Amino acid sequence: MLRKIGLFLGAVACIVVPIAVLTVLPWWLLAIFVVLLGCWMAFTRTGTQTWSVTQVGIATIPQRLGSSAVVVVGIAGVVGVLVALLAMGAGFAATLRQTGADDTAIVIRAGAQTELNSVLDHNTATLVAQAPQVLKNAQGDPIASPELVVVASLPKKANGLDANVEIRGIGERAWELRPNVKIIAGRKFGLGLRELIVGKGAAAQFAGLDLGSSLKLNGEQWTVVGEFDSGDANNSDLWGDTAVVGSAYRRGSSTTSVTVRLTDAAAFDAFKAGLASDRRLQVDVFTTRNYYNTQAEGLTRTIRVLGTTVGIIMAIGAVFGALNTMYAAVATRTREIATLRAIGFRAVPVIVSVLLETVLLAVLGGVLGAAIAWALFDNYTASTLGSNFSQVVFAFHVTPELLWNGLKWALAIGVIGGLFPAIRAARMPVTAGLREM
Amino acid sequence: MKYLHLVFAALMRRKTRTLFTLFSVLAAFLLFGLLDSVRTFFDQAGSGVAGVDRLITISKVSFTLSLPKSLLQRIQATPGVAKVTYANWFGGIYQDPKNFFANQAVADNFFDLYPERLIPAAQLRAFHDTRTGAVVGEALIQKFHWKIGDKIPLQATIFPQKGGSNTWTFDLVGIYHLADPKLKAQENALFFNWDYFDEARAFGNGNVGWYVTKVADRDRANQVAQAIDALSANSDHETKTQTEQAFTAAFVSQFADIGLIVGAIMGAVFFTLVLLTGNTMAQAVRERIPELAVLKTIGFSNRSVLGLVLSESAALLVLGSLLGLAIAGIIVGGLRGTVGSAIPMHPIDGAIWLRGVLLAVLIGLLVGALPAMRGMRLRIVDALAGR
Repeated sequence: MLRKIGLFLGAVACIVVPIAVLTVLPWWLLAIFVVLLGCWMAFTRTGTQTWSVTQVGIATIPQRLGSSAVVVVGIAGVVGVLVALLAMGAGFAATLRQTGADDTAIVIRAGAQTELNSVLDHNTATLVAQAPQVLKNAQGDPIASPELVVVASLPKKANGLDANVEIRGIGERAWELRPNVKIIAGRKFGLGLRELIVGKGAAAQFAGLDLGSSLKLNGEQWTVVGEFDSGDANNSDLWGDTAVVGSAYRRGSSTTSVTVRLTDAAAFDAFKAGLASDRRLQVDVFTTRNYYNTQAEGLTRTIRVLGTTVGIIMAIGAVFGALNTMYAAVATRTREIATLRAIGFRAVPVIVSVLLETVLLAVLGGVLGAAIAWALFDNYTASTLGSNFSQVVFAFHVTPELLWNGLKWALAIGVIGGLFPAIRAARMPVTAGLREM
Repeated sequence: MKYLHLVFAALMRRKTRTLFTLFSVLAAFLLFGLLDSVRTFFDQAGSGVAGVDRLITISKVSFTLSLPKSLLQRIQATPGVAKVTYANWFGGIYQDPKNFFANQAVADNFFDLYPERLIPAAQLRAFHDTRTGAVVGEALIQKFHWKIGDKIPLQATIFPQKGGSNTWTFDLVGIYHLADPKLKAQENALFFNWDYFDEARAFGNGNVGWYVTKVADRDRANQVAQAIDALSANSDHETKTQTEQAFTAAFVSQFADIGLIVGAIMGAVFFTLVLLTGNTMAQAVRERIPELAVLKTIGFSNRSVLGLVLSESAALLVLGSLLGLAIAGIIVGGLRGTVGSAIPMHPIDGAIWLRGVLLAVLIGLLVGALPAMRGMRLRIVDALAGR
């Protein structure tokens, strides 16, 4: 009875320990471990034994190609799906994170949470721009852009269904606030004209936004005169002149937000305190980095939960697949292993060699899965509903960190799936094994 | 059926292998159950049983723009319209933005158009009589442990009050629920009186967010929708009217192409599963060649041997799928109990069970086919001689 409990606890430890170690494992520690393993196999007696047994195991893989492929493909599936899903979250977060900076600040109405909900009257916008912490350009004007975010419903290219697109009226100084924005086709919109320029992402996702085409918003014709690339969330927008967008959407001289460039990032606290103490204003102030990071949080968390759940369930399936394969592998090599034991090989080389073989297959699967996910989904563009109630276009982002994570999952599955068959191989009674047909 | 014990014996021949394969199948179908539940939720979001005779009228430019209240009489006068009501999105926050739930200002006849939202008559009367009254869905009541008579403060995100305050306080006077378990998600909402909202808000007064129209004859819904849109054609507030289903479907599709994501994951999972169980079956048959030869020797026909192997693999898959779907059912049931989980799910119903089990039978036959052919074609003499 005690022995059974001990075995059970041992088995639980065999599963929990590799997972725990691998989740925190930095790559250099693994590298050191691999080097140590190599030294052990090269210079100690048990090590050289292990190396020769492993060679035999690996050499016989082609005879068990079908069942070995199960391990590789199973783990490739887990890693591929996991990496692809997490790449979606990483891409969305990266797109929004790039949009913000520490030395620009956004001002919206108190309590509004997002620009779309916010309304600022003309006086507020002027007062915010006059704050002493706002950087002035060469002409002595404050670099501040009163912006008006509204939403239009346009058909998507993919399915023809209407989806929301963000139209952002921007002030004259917006170009100095966002120096990363490049016009890649056509020209900028003219001040006071019903002209729009289209973000690269919006142009790719929505139909009818080609250069020169016109679209009808609130009964008025607008012309698309240019396309821009900002490399961030603004790529999902259509931009026009704040005053013209305001009149078309009957907003008068009100805006939804004011974005300013601060003299430096350290000036933010003073800027915020200054606006808070002004009794004429009722506003919330954020650095743009903070503002966009907050918007990314919800969806990123959802995707991480989804990806990990799907990954864990698939991993459980893959572990059992690997167990099956390796038990079968050990069973077909029963006589061979018994012979090795009979002529003096110890248990450790046998255990380690079976484990190594499984881990090798697992790593192969992990690399394959990660490579497929990378090839198919890196820079794959998609869009979802952002906090301004309009589509945010983003690209999947398969980061090295995600690939490393995927590989760690593969390693964990390999270790768990190989350990039990390895122990079985070592515990086999030699005499019975030799008689096995 | 008389060979059932043979199939069972074959599966029990190597218990560990059968068990491990079963666990793999179980994991795959557990995932199938969970993902199909999410997919079904989004699929059916637009096609609830209720709402087939309701039209939603929104601004053509965007859902976020409001419409003049003067349209109400004109929609009412449109032929084929039975009842009209209107509502406005409020977007208030209870304590923390993470506590998100829908809250809307609604006209006093709003619940007449939504008969599936069941509310006691006395509470509905109290709602009409209390200016600051609010009606809340059962699920939300449970989540926040509210009770009738509570004061519920919401922080406005869009609409401050006239004095500039962002805090709106409502009196909880009624609780509604939905009888259909599929529609339980609709219980996560708070409704309050339009009149109070319109009087107290700082701007936008006299405009409504959207109109809901009940048509007299659902077969003529399209004509009525066109007639409503014609009322405001070429004005500066053109409308777009569609059935509630179409409206919800378009809305949901804005989040993501759920079908594509789920399809891709399931593709990867089942591809692996086919390979895995295929390998198991091939091994199982390879080991049993002499036994199959004995069966043939004592008179089993080629076809029975084929059938035996096929039923063996199908039985394995079906058993695994039943267990997997059952566990998925328990998990989904548990998750739906805790309101406000990040990912909405549809209960594991007959349709999902049917899809899952059919898929299992299909995969079972597919992976059994090659080994079964091998068993059927073997020549007794060679097999018995171990050649």
